[in-house]
Amino acid sequence: MLELVDLTHSYGAYRAIDRINLTVKQGEVVCVVGPSGCGKSTLLRSIAGLIKPSGGAVLLEGRPVESTPDNLAVVFQDYSRSLYPWLSALANVGLPLRRRGLDRKARDEAAMAALTEVGLGAAAAKFPWELSGGMQQRVSIARALAYRPSLLLMDEPFGSVDAQTREELEDLVLRVCAHHGMTILLITHDVDESVYVGDRVVVLSKAPGTVVGDLTVDLPGPRDQIRTRELDAFVKLRADVGRMVRGITTNHEMETR
Amino acid sequence: MTRVRSKRKSFASRVAGLWIVPVTLVLWELATRLATQPYFPAPSTIAVRIQELWFSGPLTRGLLTDEAIEAFAPSLGRLFAGWILASAAGILLGVAIGRSARLADYLDPMLQFGRAVPPPLLVPIFFALFQIGMATQLAIIVFGVIWPVLLNTADGCKTVDRQYLETARVFGFSRADVLWRVVIPAAMPKIFAGLRLSLSLALILMVVSELIGSTSGIGYGLITAQQNFLFADVWAYIVLLGVLGFLLNASFLLLEGRILAWHQRARRTI
Repeated sequence: MLELVDLTHSYGAYRAIDRINLTVKQGEVVCVVGPSGCGKSTLLRSIAGLIKPSGGAVLLEGRPVESTPDNLAVVFQDYSRSLYPWLSALANVGLPLRRRGLDRKARDEAAMAALTEVGLGAAAAKFPWELSGGMQQRVSIARALAYRPSLLLMDEPFGSVDAQTREELEDLVLRVCAHHGMTILLITHDVDESVYVGDRVVVLSKAPGTVVGDLTVDLPGPRDQIRTRELDAFVKLRADVGRMVRGITTNHEMETR
Repeated sequence: MTRVRSKRKSFASRVAGLWIVPVTLVLWELATRLATQPYFPAPSTIAVRIQELWFSGPLTRGLLTDEAIEAFAPSLGRLFAGWILASAAGILLGVAIGRSARLADYLDPMLQFGRAVPPPLLVPIFFALFQIGMATQLAIIVFGVIWPVLLNTADGCKTVDRQYLETARVFGFSRADVLWRVVIPAAMPKIFAGLRLSLSLALILMVVSELIGSTSGIGYGLITAQQNFLFADVWAYIVLLGVLGFLLNASFLLLEGRILAWHQRARRTI
């Protein structure tokens, strides 16, 4: 459903991503992980149509992405600047639905349903600044859910919250997206998280970012914060991904460093 | 929940903080009585004059005298008409300039020039254009007070957080929605700062416009009193202008507090 073909982008002379090829299937949760400065954000912004890549193509459901596509939603890392502080949680979630041609009542109902799904039904009338960071990020997730996108992009969505909230949000995303059969591309710098959340982990190299690893995460579902993380398979995968992120390919190489 | 308790002072402590006012009045009274200068009447004399001039009318009119109504009504009319006209034009132009880099480039030299010209200097030109009268007075006020609104609005619309705009793009907001539901609300705090500055400037320019070429209003009353050596009257007008400025600012803050509640409370929680 999402296909990246030789996707390349440079800022002037600086090449951020270099010939990235990636295919994401319907209903898959793919985590893209990489060291800082590997062009993760550039990748996400190219897919979202926020920047025009200098080379290659992004195909979403077979159509090339030119301007921002209407079947794609983004959850940004910085929830405090992604929600509009002059609107209530309900209005923030409902605003994008104007594009769907829904009337006011239908928008409010859809927004309310999404907020209830993320456990914030009671906070619908509250303003973002009345909510904790984790709750604000849930509002962002609800906004993406209500929009009913084919593809949900998440840009380090749990990077700005504390560890416990992070685990809660990871499970929330897994549960809700499984329920809707949503396709997710989640970008993170956290190796552990990428293995826990993903069906697949794609590893990018240091800049210019290019795909250096593509691992299938074969862990039993539903995932559990404690039990999944203690599985041998999880520990093994995490180590493999960790090495790739650090650019170490063999054990021998690691010993000689 | 990270709702932070309001840090606003209690009413009692704010009133208690006003002790400086009676102390200043007493010192002023003593100083003027000791100096016995005709140019500096005592505050008690000024207060009596204020009461005689404007507040000794019938109860049914809230004690206002004919003089008061003759002086205040045209002045306040000019002040608000000028301020509202300037605000409307300033916001309109400011949004256009803030949203269009090309327009900003074209207009910037003229704006910088216009802003640098002290409005009272343009009085002769306005007289030539509009003759003496309401139109000239309004032109003086509008030209003088449009700048803070215009420049603040332009700045507010230009510096909208990138993330707000990218969110709007990702979710495909229409151009009208981007303007009305993202850009303008985001610029509101700056627009209001401009409006408030303009309101205080409007008071000054209202007086300036009435000092020259007017036969009514507070500025006219002030200059007439001065020409007739009625120093207590001159001071009465000065005090009146001070109180008026204070009231205008206080009412504006009240309005701003209501409209920008989200902004002020959001800032307090950061």
